[in-house]
Amino acid sequence: MKPRLVVARQMPPSVGARIREEFDAPFPDGMDIDAETALAQLEETKAEALMFTSNIKMTPEFVARLPARLKIAATCSVGYDHVNVAACKERGLIVTNTPKVLDECTADLGFLLMLGAARRAKEYGAIMQDGWRRGFGMGEMLGVRVWGKTLGILGMGGIGRAFAARARGFGMKVLYCNRSRLPAELEQGATYFASLDEMLPHCDFLTIHAPSTPETKKIINAKALALLPKGAILVNSARGALVDEEALIEALTSGHLAAAGLDVFDNEPAYDLRFRDIPSAYIFPHMGSATHETRRAMGYCCLDNIQAVLAGKPPLNPLWS
Amino acid sequence: MSKPVLLVTRRLPENVEARASRDYDARLNLADTPTTPAGILAASVGADAILCCTSDRLDAATVSALPASVRVISTFSVGTDHIDLAAAKARGIPVCNTPDVLTEATAELSMLLILAAARRAGEGERIVRADAWTGWAPTQLMGRQVSGKRLGIFGMGRIGQALARMARGFNMQVNYRNRSRLSPELEQGAVYHDNDASFLAVCDVLALNAPGGAATMKWLNAERIAMLPKGAVVTNAARGTLVDDEALIAALRSGQVSFAGLDVFAGEPAIHPGYRELENAVLLPHLGSATIETRDAMGHLALDGVDAVLAGRLPGNLVV
Repeated sequence: MKPRLVVARQMPPSVGARIREEFDAPFPDGMDIDAETALAQLEETKAEALMFTSNIKMTPEFVARLPARLKIAATCSVGYDHVNVAACKERGLIVTNTPKVLDECTADLGFLLMLGAARRAKEYGAIMQDGWRRGFGMGEMLGVRVWGKTLGILGMGGIGRAFAARARGFGMKVLYCNRSRLPAELEQGATYFASLDEMLPHCDFLTIHAPSTPETKKIINAKALALLPKGAILVNSARGALVDEEALIEALTSGHLAAAGLDVFDNEPAYDLRFRDIPSAYIFPHMGSATHETRRAMGYCCLDNIQAVLAGKPPLNPLWS
Repeated sequence: MSKPVLLVTRRLPENVEARASRDYDARLNLADTPTTPAGILAASVGADAILCCTSDRLDAATVSALPASVRVISTFSVGTDHIDLAAAKARGIPVCNTPDVLTEATAELSMLLILAAARRAGEGERIVRADAWTGWAPTQLMGRQVSGKRLGIFGMGRIGQALARMARGFNMQVNYRNRSRLSPELEQGAVYHDNDASFLAVCDVLALNAPGGAATMKWLNAERIAMLPKGAVVTNAARGTLVDDEALIAALRSGQVSFAGLDVFAGEPAIHPGYRELENAVLLPHLGSATIETRDAMGHLALDGVDAVLAGRLPGNLVV
């Protein structure tokens, strides 16, 4: 008999195919369901595993109502700010995430945001939408070059390091700020700053790859932005909570920052519409890991964790150990 | 002694105009009015030098009719298609251009096109702009991964080589097609193809970086597109004439080409209307060299050429 699984979110076809083959799931391709429906399905199917995303908030109240037979909840994401770790731990529920598999694609998208912000892709895109009826003077509508500039990386985990590797191909000088200094083989010549404040004045570009925690909440605030040189460019493909959006809007409208590339917002999807109207804000709807390759890998990573736990083995990517 | 007279045909970056005005009796075009051959002739009466752009037409008749005072033409561009070089040579007027300084900016734009096309930047932007974003979902806006894929560069000059270096940072395997094979130190591990079939077959991403002109006219046609792996990504940051628009549009519709990123077009700015209807094409209005750093460097190099000729020296950026 196949193990029983509830899939609380729509999954790519490749992931659905594997679920169909290996599991007994009412909706192998997933359904976008809310917490109440998920609880009802878990009860009804007697499933021992749940596959979910940030659509279900694992609050202490929700965790308390989970059926006792549920052994593992696998979030199809690397971030787990929607999971109350303490409550899950106390309940003895194993929770896993999908680290590593999205590093490359998220770094790709971060780099796209950086290049697009630097080269005014939003404004030029709008010009094309309007039909490109005019030429531009040789001194008009100029962006800034990325090649050879100095890049600061806040958070030098897997994604930060993947971003650094790309930046080196652009002849960039790489600085980073992290809780701890990396060993030389991971640093790859990047310069470590223990203090964010000390790194910021050197950054032509700043990219954020730190997790969202109480400590990093609004870490990029008015003071931090003021420490960046005039004309700097900010990239955020991590989490919106790390940036004080009021301060960012102020820095963009005053011209202190030349541009920003944003894939994430404090409030998603109801993001602050003022960003839409700022020409120098190049913005995307949280698509850092949105490739067929990565979404399949993320889905498979969840299923591998579920299979391991249901077979009595330790999880591969537990949130805690 | 009065300064030599320099005609600057179009608006140039601030720093460049400042230098021109400092060193010359500069005739600037502050309104940035497009020029005509007759206008250029009228404005160059008594001028020692002309600093022009690709939008100016300096055909044989115009160059032949230039006043005798004109001793040098320097163009704010790499390309010299807009100047009749034979006529300039016949008149004994040296022509200077701005090679090399656009390399990084144009290669960066190529990389931007690759990423924007493969990662569906246009669609993503349109969704947030329309306030139609319904929230993160595992199946939303899935594009194609760029890092780790096989990149084919058509035209491995300086820009192609700079793009290859950038692509290696994305862990891409670089293949290239060029008139001749590069030396190993320039190749940096990139794989040379001496025929289209073997080259196109490995292009998960095809980047066009070759010059325009008759030799590459509509190089990317239906026949070659069919040799690409199904779902390939195509970008063009070189010249619009390299692409057969009808064939590329058909391939974007059929899915043979999954995404395209285009900065240049045949007949620009009046681009083929078929592109506008395609969700899977990212379009930009020819901004390859549009960075402050590059445009300043171009202007300074063009002025260096004028300085040299008027001082009786041989300019480093002499075309003829």
